Order: sequence, then C-alpha cells, then structure tokens
Amino acid sequence: MATTATIKSPSKSTWSGGQAPMKASYGKLMMWFFLLSDAFTFSALLITYGVIRYSYPQYNPEIHGEVFKFSTEYWPIPDYVFDGVPFLHGMHLPLIFVSIMTFILILSSVTMVLAVEAGHRRDRKDVEKWMLWTIVGGLTFLGCQAWEWSHFITGKEEGLKGVADATKFFGANLVQNQYGPQGFADLFFFITGFHGTHVFSGVVLNFIVFYNVVVGTYDKRGHYEMVEKVGLYWHFVDLVWVFVFTFFYLI
Amino acid sequence: MSEIKTQNVHIDSHEEHHDDHAHHETFISKYIFTTDHKMIGKQFLMTGIFWALIGGALSLIFRIQLGFPEADISWMRPMLGEWITPEGRLDPEFYLALVTMHGTIMVFFVLTAGLSGTFSNFLIPLQIGARDMASGFMNMLSYWFFFASSVVMFSSLFIETGPAAGGWVVYPPLSALEQAIPGSGLGMTMWLVAMALFIVSTLLGGINYITTVINLRTEGMSFSRLPLTIWAFFITAVIGLLSFPVLFAAALLLIFDRSFGTAFYLSDIYIGGEALPQQGGSPVLYQHLFWFLGHPEVYIVIMPAFGITSEVISTNARKPIFGYRAMVGSLLGIAFLSFIVWAHHMFVSGMDPFLGSVFMLLTLVIAVPSAVKVFNYLTTLWKGNIVFTPGMLFSIGLVSLFISGGLTGIFLGNSAIDIQLHDTYFVVAHFHLVMGSAAFFGMMAGVYHWFPKMFGRMINAKLGYVHFWLTFAGVYLVFFPMHYIGIAGFPRRYYTWSSFETFSNIFQDLNAFVTIAAIITFAAQFIFLFNFFYSIYRGRRAPQNPWHSNTLEWTTPIEPGHGNWPGAIPTVYRWPYDYSKPGAADDYIPQTVPYSETPESNTDFENELAALEKESGVEEVDETKE
Repeated sequence: MATTATIKSPSKSTWSGGQAPMKASYGKLMMWFFLLSDAFTFSALLITYGVIRYSYPQYNPEIHGEVFKFSTEYWPIPDYVFDGVPFLHGMHLPLIFVSIMTFILILSSVTMVLAVEAGHRRDRKDVEKWMLWTIVGGLTFLGCQAWEWSHFITGKEEGLKGVADATKFFGANLVQNQYGPQGFADLFFFITGFHGTHVFSGVVLNFIVFYNVVVGTYDKRGHYEMVEKVGLYWHFVDLVWVFVFTFFYLI
Repeated sequence: MSEIKTQNVHIDSHEEHHDDHAHHETFISKYIFTTDHKMIGKQFLMTGIFWALIGGALSLIFRIQLGFPEADISWMRPMLGEWITPEGRLDPEFYLALVTMHGTIMVFFVLTAGLSGTFSNFLIPLQIGARDMASGFMNMLSYWFFFASSVVMFSSLFIETGPAAGGWVVYPPLSALEQAIPGSGLGMTMWLVAMALFIVSTLLGGINYITTVINLRTEGMSFSRLPLTIWAFFITAVIGLLSFPVLFAAALLLIFDRSFGTAFYLSDIYIGGEALPQQGGSPVLYQHLFWFLGHPEVYIVIMPAFGITSEVISTNARKPIFGYRAMVGSLLGIAFLSFIVWAHHMFVSGMDPFLGSVFMLLTLVIAVPSAVKVFNYLTTLWKGNIVFTPGMLFSIGLVSLFISGGLTGIFLGNSAIDIQLHDTYFVVAHFHLVMGSAAFFGMMAGVYHWFPKMFGRMINAKLGYVHFWLTFAGVYLVFFPMHYIGIAGFPRRYYTWSSFETFSNIFQDLNAFVTIAAIITFAAQFIFLFNFFYSIYRGRRAPQNPWHSNTLEWTTPIEPGHGNWPGAIPTVYRWPYDYSKPGAADDYIPQTVPYSETPESNTDFENELAALEKESGVEEVDETKE
C-alpha cells in the first residue's frame, strides 16, 4: 500500500503527529465530542417521544367529532394547547408565544456569533457587549419558558372530565393533564425541562466567560478561545431547541 | 531526578512545568488526587481488582445454590446474616440480587472501568508519545466519579432491603415499581445513582482518550503507525461516547417513572387488583434504549482486550501483526455494526418478526470482522518464534475463548433458534466465554505484559503459568457444561429447578460439577493476587525492555516520572511491528529507530524514506510501508 512519499519540509502533513491536527485545541475538540454525546442523549429522548406519541391515534374529525376537544383517546393538536400569550387572555393565538421564544433564542445565537467574531479581533469591549446580549437572550428565553410552563400547569377554563368520576381536571402535572394522554404532559415537562436545564447551564457558563472577559482574563491569556467554546455549546443548545420545537409544536 | 536536571538545558516550558511538579509532590497529590495518567491507570486497576473479587465471590454464592440446593449454608450467616434463612438456605430474593449485582459489577465496574480505565489511561500517553492526557484534571475527575459510583454501589450491598434485584438490565416494570420486589426499593435507587455517576466518569474518560489520541501524538506517529492497542482504546472510547448517553437518558426516564409518577415505561398495571394510574408507556421502549447501550457495551468490554492481544501476540510471536490494516478495519467494522444490532437481545420481547430478521442479518454480519481478527491472530502466530510469557498465554487464551464463545453467537443470532435458547444457560455460557472470560483474559494479558512498566519490577512467571492453566481449564470447565444445561431448557436467573424431575435428577450433577469448577477457578485467582502484590514490592527489578518490544513505552525510564520522558519526547520513524525483519541484526526494531540507521533491512521504499530523513532531519511521510 506504499503510496507517494510526499516531501515534507518545514510544513508537516496534518495527521502525522507532533502537532494538533487542523490546529484545533484539545479543549475545542473535547467540546465537540461532548456535544456529540449530548446529541445522543437528546436523540434518545426524542425517539421516546416519537414512540409514545405514535402509539396513540391522531385526531380525526370523522371519528372524534368535527370540533376538536381535548381527550385522553388521542394526542392533542398543539395549536389548541399552546395558544396563550401574556396579557391577551382568552384569545386563540396558536404558537405565537413559542415562536417569539424561539426567535429570541435564535437571536441570542446571532449575538454569540458576533461575540466570537469580536473575540477573534481581541476587541474586549465588543465581546463584553455581545456576551451580555447573549446572556440577556438566554435569560429571556428561560423567563418565557417559565411562563409557558405555568400556563401549561394552570390550564384552560374548559378542563377535562375525569374518566372515573365526574370531577373536572384543570391544567397538567406528571400524573394527569387536561390536554390528552398522560404521556403528553410527561414528555413535555421532561424534554423541555431537560432542554431548559441545558439553556440554564449555558447561561451560567456564558456568565462565567463574560465575567472573565470583563476582568481581562482572556486579554492576559492572549486569546478568546473560551468564548468560542461556550459558543459551540450555545449553538448546540439552540439547535436542539429547533428539534424540540418541531416535535412538540409543529407536528 | 538528577537525570531530569541534566536535561534541563533543552527542555521547553512545558517540561519545566512537569519538572517543577515533581518537586512538590506530596502523598496526596501523588497517590490520591493525582493527575498523572499512570497513577490514575493504577487506581482504576486496583479498584477493578477489588470489584472483580466482590463480583466473583457473589457468583460463588449463587453457584453453591445452583449446584447444591440442599446444602446447609448457615456457615455463611456471619457474612450474609438474614439473607440465610433459618433453615440454612439462601434467601430467594437475595439470589436475584446476587445475579443482578454480579452482572452489573462484572460488566461495568470490572470490564469497563477496570479494563478500559486501566489500560487506556496507562498506555495511551506512553504509546503515542505524550507527557500526559489532554486534561489531567478531567482524568482525575473521571476516576473520582468512578470511585463515588463504586461507593454508592458497594453501600447498596449492605442495606436492609438488599441491592437491586431486577437483573443487570433492570427492565421496568419490575425495576420501576418499588412495591414489586424488595430489590426494587432503595437498592434500585442506589443502582441508578451509581450508574449515573459511572456514566459521567466514562464520558470524562472517553472524551479525554479521544482528544489525546487525536491531538497529542508525537512527531511521526501518524494514525497508520499507531499500535493496535491505541486504535482499540480510541474506537472503544468513541463507542462509549455515543452509547452511554442513551443509557443516561433511559435511566433518567426510569428515575421519573419510579419517583415522580410519570408513565414513560408503564401502562396497564394491576397490583393486588388495584389499577395503577400510569397509562400509555412502553416497557419495550426501555429495552430498546437500554440495549442501544447494552450491545455496544459488550464491544466496549472486548475491544480493549483485542487491542492488548494484538500487541502481546505480535511481540511474543516475534512477527509483525498479520494484516495491520485489516485489524484496524475490523475494529471499525465491529464498532459500526455494534450500533445496529441491539434488538437481537429482544427477539422474544414482542418485536415485529420482520424487524427481527433485519437485526438477525446485521448480527450475523458481525461474524465477518470478528473472524478477520481471529484469523489474523492465528496467522500472526503461524510459524512465529513464540515466547510463552504469561501475557502471551492469556492472549492466546483470549483467542481460544473468543472462538468457542463466538461460534455459539452464530446460533443465538438466529431469531428462530433464539426462541428456544433465549434466557437459558446457553446464553449464559455464550456471553461468559465470548465477552466475559475473553475480556478478562485480555485484561490479565495486559497486566502481565505491562506489569514491568507499571511497577518497575517483573511479575513471577512461574506463578503466572500456574494461574493461567488453572484459569484456562477452569473457565472451560465452568462454561462448557452450561451449553448442555441451556439446550436442555434451564432458564437463567432461576433460584431453583428442583420441582422439575428432569432437571433435578439428570442435570443436577452437571450443575454441581460447574459449581466445583467455579470454586477452583476463583481460588486460582488468589495465586495471581499474591503474585501481583508480592511482585510490586519484591519482584525482580525489570530491565529496560523486558519483552524486546518496539513500542514507545519501553523507551521511558524503567520507572517513569510524571511527564514520562525526562528529556525530549522521542520521534517515531516506523510502525510498531518490525519484528524479525529480514536482514535486521536484532529481531526487533523500535519505532524510534530511523530507516537511515537500518539500511540492511530496508525495502526499496524504505530506502527512499531514509533518504528523506537525511535531507531534513525528521521526515514527513504520507504512508507506512507494507
């Protein structure tokens, strides 16, 4: 299998040892591999979602009645579950609020890109500014999620009649919910909660990095690679939200 | 230390740092919270040995129950207390806990942490020419998470309701409902906590192994010059990185089902006539998630053993490994296939039979890369100048066990035959040979082979031979009869079969035989233990390169300090398997010898490389020779 012996010279080939291939630092590599493994965790959870969801029938107007109503017989249509917006009580505004949340999170990814770019220029003021906006975006998303959760937990006026007795149940917890099968709320809490935990730890990491930027740690170190590393994590968390959003809200 | 100082002239700041470090070493920073990969490797080894003894002892207790169900075992009461009934029998609930803990301990704590943890840590930096792991701190954390996990798992052995008892696979609903059996209570909770910690440890370790291999190879150590040990550890770490998170997800969902009333795995369950509120979950879903880890896990266990065996067999056959690229390719093939065969554990779980046939096909395909490895081991041995060191014997033992156990895998992989054999002792025999014993033999081969590098002394070879032959014969005597017991239909995990005429009369003597063999095999391990600890302190001093091996670890001082090489890290010029090269003066040429120094044994192509070396000091080359 002897192929060509390329003449070396000062510049060496990428994989022949004695250097980090493609100049990637070990820290950045570690972050990539961690994200790879985290992606498998989320995949497992989303597959769980798929398995449980498709064990239930879809809502079908011919069988279940022309007007959609919540029932434990079939999986709810997300448009009817997530139709609340703060201060606009009683209006049917499907997915408006969650779209705003998603937009904010994606914007925070944009500001993170700008922070990384400023880091490359070693412009401390700019890094500070964009990191701060990223943190604000993350916190806003978490705040929105808190409202979304409490709205989901409190429930809607109509409620759902219990099977065993005539009492009505409002809102949702891990055991019961007014929107449909038990698994619907269980999965909603677990997966958006697991994602929210990731966002929260991302905000904490962003804050630590922001603090280090402000006190000049990275100036002293001579590079802003930490910003890049938390940036990778932040984009990943964003990307995961796109999938969570698709699974829970769109389909 | 003086040696290090003389080198100070030309060391870079990095080395100076390490030099520095050595001066301030205290007992705690050297032996306990150490960041030195060699010490961390030894920590994993010692903990692994501890767990192997516990796991082995547990198996003897239930083997006595299986072999001698009528025996009076009240003499165990001082140790097992209430788990021995007043009539002097083993408590049936505790029997279940014993098999569960034996499986968990052996698979995760001994053959994953004890094997990968020991040798990946110890060998990766030494064999690729690095001063330490990419992150020594994360490496330390990896051990201490494992230690914390061990403490939790060990404590669960002593609680009143007993440790987890739902089998090492902890299928719900048995594991999800606290009221199901005593072992599903606190013991199960502790099992889950311990496993969560264990997964964190594995991920920290794995990420470190991968980045170290990618980033810290020394000058000239291209991937095609990596020893096969490193290839194996590298690919093992990748498998672990991708499969353990899925177990993590599965365990989290199980925790919610157990403690917070969710219904991910539960549906339509009645206990004592009362319906449980959980609706809509799927227990088969858990099995899918579990086996998505569970199957790759068996390769996580066996692949480091393959790597060690490749290295030991080539060194001691004094021949280049046969088909280096095929060996790497088969590792990659096995790694890829390991992710798409998991459902062969679930042929009788209520899966679509068509899906079963797909998984059957993929499962049987694994026989191809496995056979490539076996044939390459045999062809490496063929006409070699074999040196039968204890490490070599254990490596050859691995090949033998892998063949014997692998053949039955071809039966079990057939979804139709599996209906008869599923959950019988045939399966137990199969995986104990192919993965349990084979991986254990690989681990032993590694310990015997790298003992001189670990402790600077030689381990006694004569005791090693006794240990090997007793273990080798013992393992076959234990597991071979189990095939017959399994074909007869004995189910695994059953406390007793005495109510079945056929089983109690015809096969009881075979079971008793297995038990006696197991006791002898276990006892033989104490020969190793004595030899191991005695040799650490009293063994003959090791020479620089006791096995005349080519790899880099033998170029370090006999007892390397933190940083491994006192001077500059050596440069690598060739692959690690130049044994008995025609024309060469010695029967081995270390990786650090340039081609320009071996004109007598060079091929034409290597002569070209030698010319390049001369031109520019250190050459840069695309490909190895072959």
